[in-house]
Amino acid sequence: MEDKFPIKRIIDDQGNLLEESFKDQLNDQFVKRFYYHMYRIRTFDRKAKNLQRQGRIGTYPPFEGQEAAQVGSALALGPGDWMFPTYRDHGAMLTFGADMSRTFLYWNGRVEGCVPPDGKNIFPAAVPIATQIPHAAGVAWAEKKKGTRNLAIAYFGDGATSEGDFHEGLNFASVFQTPTIFFNQNNRYAISVPIEKQMNSETIAQKGIAYGIPSVRIDGNDCFSVYFETLSAAERARNGDGPTLIEAVTWRTGAHTTADDPTKYRPDNQGIDVVEPIIRLERFMKNYEFWDEKEMEEMHVLIEDEVERAVQEMEKYPKAKVEDLFDHVFANPPQQLLAQKESYLEHIKGE
Amino acid sequence: MTTELKKVGNPSSVTQKMTLIQAINDGMKTMLAEDETTLVLGEDVGKNGGVFRATDGLQEQFGNDRVVDTPLSESGIIGTSVGLAVNGFKPIAEIQFMGFIYPAYDQIMTHVSRLRMKTMGHFSVPMVIRAPYGAGVRAPEVHSDSTEALFTHMPGIKVVCPATPYDAKGLLIAAVKDPDPVLYLEPMRSYRSSREEVPVEEYHVSIGEGNVRKEGEDVTLIAWGAMVPIIEKAAQKAEEQGINCEVIDLRTLYPLDKDVIAESVKKTGRAVIVHEAHATGGLGNDVATTINDQAFLYMKAPINRVTGFDVPVPFFALEEHYLPTVERVLKAIQDTYQF
Repeated sequence: MEDKFPIKRIIDDQGNLLEESFKDQLNDQFVKRFYYHMYRIRTFDRKAKNLQRQGRIGTYPPFEGQEAAQVGSALALGPGDWMFPTYRDHGAMLTFGADMSRTFLYWNGRVEGCVPPDGKNIFPAAVPIATQIPHAAGVAWAEKKKGTRNLAIAYFGDGATSEGDFHEGLNFASVFQTPTIFFNQNNRYAISVPIEKQMNSETIAQKGIAYGIPSVRIDGNDCFSVYFETLSAAERARNGDGPTLIEAVTWRTGAHTTADDPTKYRPDNQGIDVVEPIIRLERFMKNYEFWDEKEMEEMHVLIEDEVERAVQEMEKYPKAKVEDLFDHVFANPPQQLLAQKESYLEHIKGE
Repeated sequence: MTTELKKVGNPSSVTQKMTLIQAINDGMKTMLAEDETTLVLGEDVGKNGGVFRATDGLQEQFGNDRVVDTPLSESGIIGTSVGLAVNGFKPIAEIQFMGFIYPAYDQIMTHVSRLRMKTMGHFSVPMVIRAPYGAGVRAPEVHSDSTEALFTHMPGIKVVCPATPYDAKGLLIAAVKDPDPVLYLEPMRSYRSSREEVPVEEYHVSIGEGNVRKEGEDVTLIAWGAMVPIIEKAAQKAEEQGINCEVIDLRTLYPLDKDVIAESVKKTGRAVIVHEAHATGGLGNDVATTINDQAFLYMKAPINRVTGFDVPVPFFALEEHYLPTVERVLKAIQDTYQF
């Protein structure tokens, strides 16, 4: 199966262009856009880890190492498309237009963090595993029924492919030929369980065969490969040619969450040969003379400022309102819920 | 029936005699005709018209884009319905038997019921989940469950359960029009057990309103769905012994109509709650709590419950021993009355 699904890449670990046909498209502006977003979400991610260590936000699941997969896929989407992320996909969400201070708020236990900006079809990050996959099939089915050219993309990890909802979602999308992209980030670990214990299949891409869904296996640390393959899948979806399964092979550099210690289950030195995606892009930019030290420095400063401002905004956000505990469960809360609210508000009055 | 018609208002002059399942079918037909975003989907609901014929003729009339045979995939049905619902459609999803709803429990618990809450109303899931429930029709194993309490316990979803054809259509329409998810439980034992006049036009029975089906002075009997005919028969027998029972059909299981329960029990001072679901954690406990909270000082006897036992719903050879019977209910009425 690895022969059937070779890992596709456009640039290699050393930053060499492998596919000359992309040369013209990889112009200065295009390349720097990828670098900007990858550096931006990396800065967010590292800041979030630090904030957690300082007790300023709650448990946090870092995505470091997966920036190319998240940025490459998100940049391939159109404004009317729908995103169904998991808890490790805030990089993709931020690239697609989620608000950064609200994203910090989410990790600080605030429900406001799930509310997308107006006009952005971003679902709350799915915390149960694989449950968002049928949602993406359903939303895309609705787009098809309405006759639009919009699509839905579902993000999920390698562990999710063992869940029933992965299979049910792919099957629905296949049967109803919905415009859905199933975007897998195979980061090779589901908390502590490595891919070879997760499945006895050589690839995740091959699981598409069972559903008659075209699938492709790509180097998830090559942002260009991720982008162009997601773009092809998007074109198929928009043209009425149904869903695609993408396996982006990547590597989770750090822990599952800030509450996890990967040294307990990962052999020493595992992954040290992985060239992480920002280094790889930097090498490419230097090889092909896109790298301008001063310009990059300025970009870094701007991004670091943006992240700092988002943290400040998160921290000065008004305190959570107790009413919000009750007010959003139903459009029209039933009497018994209103009674609970009233009684509790009375109880805490004066506190 | 007259009390219900009065309560709901606008009874159509044109009615038709329908069974409960015909009324469900008619309710779906009404909503499919009214609003083209309404969809019916589930296993065998299209060409076959449903294993009970609840969706009979709907695909023929509305086409296979709107009445959709899905894969055999409960979590997939509910999960894709979440997507359809947030993106402008109104899915009426059928789960073929309540005993098969469990693969979708995760979707209902973690998304259907809380998407509104977790996005502060930005996304909502206006959908109806229909599921036939209950024992007493000699169905195979796992086809007879009555686990409504798993869902009334779940915040963010309403649960309704009609006992009569009139309520079946009216509640179905109310469920489809509700801005939030509604689990619509169908007493399969009552599907074809009786007929009554049902308005041909659109009407609704409000979610959250119970119904006093018979007034009485001595003991309040409370049930829903397939147990309503049982308590009605028990009330008749009690009458012959000089015990005058009030009969309440809750109709909506969440949110409970606490007023109808409290008013009745304040009058009678006695209550017998009947459900076929298991005793422990059953919805009867919430009814009892309502009485405790609102009518404690009026009570003349402890609240009595007649329920299924804390055993898995048995294979049908023993189901009549599992289900509350008129005799068990009558005994509970006598015990309560003579306390």
